[in-house]
Amino acid sequence: MNEMTPNQSERAEKLKGLGSSRKRVEDVRFTQGKGNYVDDIKLPGMLFGDFVRSPYAHARVVSIDADAAKALPGVVAVLTAADLAPLGLHWMPTLAGDKQMVLADGKVLFQGQEVAFVVATDRYAAADAVELIEVEYEELPVVTDPFKALEPGAPVLREDLAGKTEGAHGPRRHHNHIFTWEQGDKDATEQVLSGADVVAEEMIYYHRTHPCPLETCGCVASMDKVAGKLTVWGTFQAPHAVRTVASLISGIAEHNIRIISPDIGGGFGNKVGVYPGYICSIVASIVTGKPVKWVEDRMENLMATAFARDYWMKGRIAATKDGKITGLWCHVTADHGGFDACADPTKFPAGFFNICTGSYDIPVAYLAVDGVYTNKAPGGVAYRCSFRVTEAAYFIERMIEVLAIKLGMDAAELRRVNFIRKDQFPYHSALGWEYDSGDYHTAWDKALAAVGYEDLRAEQADRIEAFRRGETRKLMGIGLTFFTEIVGAGPVKNCDILGLGMFDSCEIRIHPTGSAIARLGTISQGQGHATTFAQILASEIGLPADDITIEEGDTDTAPYGLGTYGSRSTPVAGAATAMAGRKIRAKAQMIAAYLLEVHDDDVEWDVDRFVVKGAPERFKTMKEIAFAAYNQAIPGLEPGLEAVSYYDPPNMTYPFGAYVCVVDVDVDTGVTDIRRFYALDDCGTRINPMIIEGQVHGGLTEALAIAMGQEIAYDEMGNVKTGTLMDFFVPTAWETPHYETDWTTTPSPHHPIGAKGVGESPNVGGVPCFSNAVNDAFRAFGHVHAHMPHDHWRVWKIAHDLGLHG
Amino acid sequence: MAKTHIKMTVNGQPVEALAEPRTLLIHFLREELGITGPHIGCETSHCGACTVDLDGRSVKSCTLFVGQAQGAQITTVEGLVNPDGSLGVLQEMFREHHGLQCGFCTPGMITRAHRLLQENPAPSEEDVRFGMSGNLCRCTGYQNIVKAIMAAAAVLRGEKEAAE
Repeated sequence: MNEMTPNQSERAEKLKGLGSSRKRVEDVRFTQGKGNYVDDIKLPGMLFGDFVRSPYAHARVVSIDADAAKALPGVVAVLTAADLAPLGLHWMPTLAGDKQMVLADGKVLFQGQEVAFVVATDRYAAADAVELIEVEYEELPVVTDPFKALEPGAPVLREDLAGKTEGAHGPRRHHNHIFTWEQGDKDATEQVLSGADVVAEEMIYYHRTHPCPLETCGCVASMDKVAGKLTVWGTFQAPHAVRTVASLISGIAEHNIRIISPDIGGGFGNKVGVYPGYICSIVASIVTGKPVKWVEDRMENLMATAFARDYWMKGRIAATKDGKITGLWCHVTADHGGFDACADPTKFPAGFFNICTGSYDIPVAYLAVDGVYTNKAPGGVAYRCSFRVTEAAYFIERMIEVLAIKLGMDAAELRRVNFIRKDQFPYHSALGWEYDSGDYHTAWDKALAAVGYEDLRAEQADRIEAFRRGETRKLMGIGLTFFTEIVGAGPVKNCDILGLGMFDSCEIRIHPTGSAIARLGTISQGQGHATTFAQILASEIGLPADDITIEEGDTDTAPYGLGTYGSRSTPVAGAATAMAGRKIRAKAQMIAAYLLEVHDDDVEWDVDRFVVKGAPERFKTMKEIAFAAYNQAIPGLEPGLEAVSYYDPPNMTYPFGAYVCVVDVDVDTGVTDIRRFYALDDCGTRINPMIIEGQVHGGLTEALAIAMGQEIAYDEMGNVKTGTLMDFFVPTAWETPHYETDWTTTPSPHHPIGAKGVGESPNVGGVPCFSNAVNDAFRAFGHVHAHMPHDHWRVWKIAHDLGLHG
Repeated sequence: MAKTHIKMTVNGQPVEALAEPRTLLIHFLREELGITGPHIGCETSHCGACTVDLDGRSVKSCTLFVGQAQGAQITTVEGLVNPDGSLGVLQEMFREHHGLQCGFCTPGMITRAHRLLQENPAPSEEDVRFGMSGNLCRCTGYQNIVKAIMAAAAVLRGEKEAAE
């Protein structure tokens, strides 16, 4: 771009476009309690739904007696699978090509599974009725370990699949096996491994956790029987997809269904899936003719709606003696719970886990993933990451550390010698991706210089000596991570969910007085879309961001899109916004030329106006052009100024980052103090630096939670041990460290404005960075790897097993 | 279930209503009075999204029966707006310093911060982090919340320069 004159800069600044730390427009209503979340919706005659849930992880449902509940004042209806079966709604399709019980059909497969749905005039009556429903169960053997689930004599979990040897993703080789997904070159990889100088091997478990947005999942379904129209307000990260699925499941014509995502109190992947509560609320509204609200409580949220991770990742990495990686082998045992309800693009049953070669130039690799049923809740959503990318990043960043130990090499140097070089982009990875752009060495050097890496290692060495002399009981750990994400799903040629291509959209209307409204197929859950998408447009069409309304989430008004998750909003809908803006500008150019009485080619764009080339004093501002679009009869042009763009991205985007964490670990208590955390992110073109920094802080804190204590743990009976916020770790302001943020800028070459997306990078990079720091603290004592979460007891156990307690 | 006659003052307005004694204060505020600023995030007193000010103390309204607020003076986030309808100092500082994202924890955060700054008008960063530790946020990582509260404290102390 040419340098701007002072006059141009001044005009550009007024637009608050790209690069402006514009304050958020959402905050005026949120800060005074005027948000409008699902549970704030109150409709006349509205009823409340509540679930009877299974206390057992695996059991037959012998009988359900709801007579006492039905007799309770205020109770309107009790639904069971028997009531839904005639409608064909006792089971529903999952996003992963499997099916899931809406209400227990003869048996239950996980603790907290939905068994009956009560509808009552208020939430207290509904809760009372739940207590009155008597369900008789016959317990069955429970399996919560995916390896045991694949043993020959393991209990049969999915009796409905008996004899089915073909699943949605290929052959099934065992009654609890879901799929095998293979990528890369198995023979070539095994050949490299067998002849390598050095092979490091490790089993790396990324434990089961949960996105736990502060607002739980819920909906209000309202069937207007007179108009034949169903409206559902809900915590939906993908409202259009919900509409299409609701139409396919219910048989209600799609134009008679309106899905509205109002304000959403955080999503982090938890609100992508379709849950039994939505189906039951819709059915209950159809049956009763009244609006029905269902909002789960926190325990229901943690026990029954979509979990994340639960990947057992066996890795083998080969290298030369001087540390050049020659091959990577990985096998994943993926615990999907009782139903396969993963939220992944159809052709990717393990998401984009094949980004697991990371930021490194690895010539050959092989990956196989086996999906397994267990008696745990279904899910497998992308908790603040693109599909399975945080598992992949954790895997490779731990394997690099394990290899560094095996080689006796500095882990920063090992990364440096294996990075994909700047001149190798676009880079084709051994597992099939085309990385769009990157400059890893520059980012790495900047990060290491910023933290004073050499000095930190010297300090660590001194600390180890002091520890050995008995002068301190605290060890110092230095966590390093260099991650590459793959986000912005995705190209329609290989990315769809339930057959719906993963494009996205933007529709813009310019009003006569020079303000505008733009509607998108995405939906903000706190990311600040109303602020940032207006900034993209401001730079494209030269109207101030403050004069542009952004609207999302109402399927009756917004153009079709696949929603917000996997950091896809900026890469896909942001691109659609820029492209729609360019269509506006193209028409504006013709209008300007007409008004200025010159040829279209004789005017050029100048920040917020078209000027006559060589005569900058002759111009028409976008505001003037907007008015002209509605009051001039221009030969050959239709009146009005509107545009719509459906954007099918040519490729994913590949944000990256370099993180360093310094911790002090008390070997006697296992308490880990985060002394310092430095995060450098490269998300391509930066739209709003203030919002980017906020996204990084938030993602790092979710990473801190996951790495240091947050888990969904089960006992051998399949009881959830972490079903409340008492047991499920969510950091407070007290545990959360202060973060230092930094950046480099490597634009995406294929995105219209070069943006890559940032919301999930800090979680993807943060988890391995915290974990590497804890593991690194014990490296000098022969420690190689410990599974997350690194809570006090588990860290104490590392020290204990190393004999550090004397 | 028999209902109890409830009287209280909410955001300066006297309120009278009938409610079942077991009604939780948060449900009374949200469903009976239509005050939907305070939210429900956990129902077990952990998250603080339901925080309101009750007779000069921060309380989690999801674990109080409405009867326990009989006769009380209650302030919610809606009551912290300036009389002319503009944002109060804390609300403005949360906006200024990007102390919120999805907005779900924000009413509880701001209501708690309001009380914290009454208790300690000149808190250190550590005081703020400790004083806010009953309120969970899943989006911001707290850094900008702490910054916003420190800035609001400075403004409220008349140290406007420091807040710039």
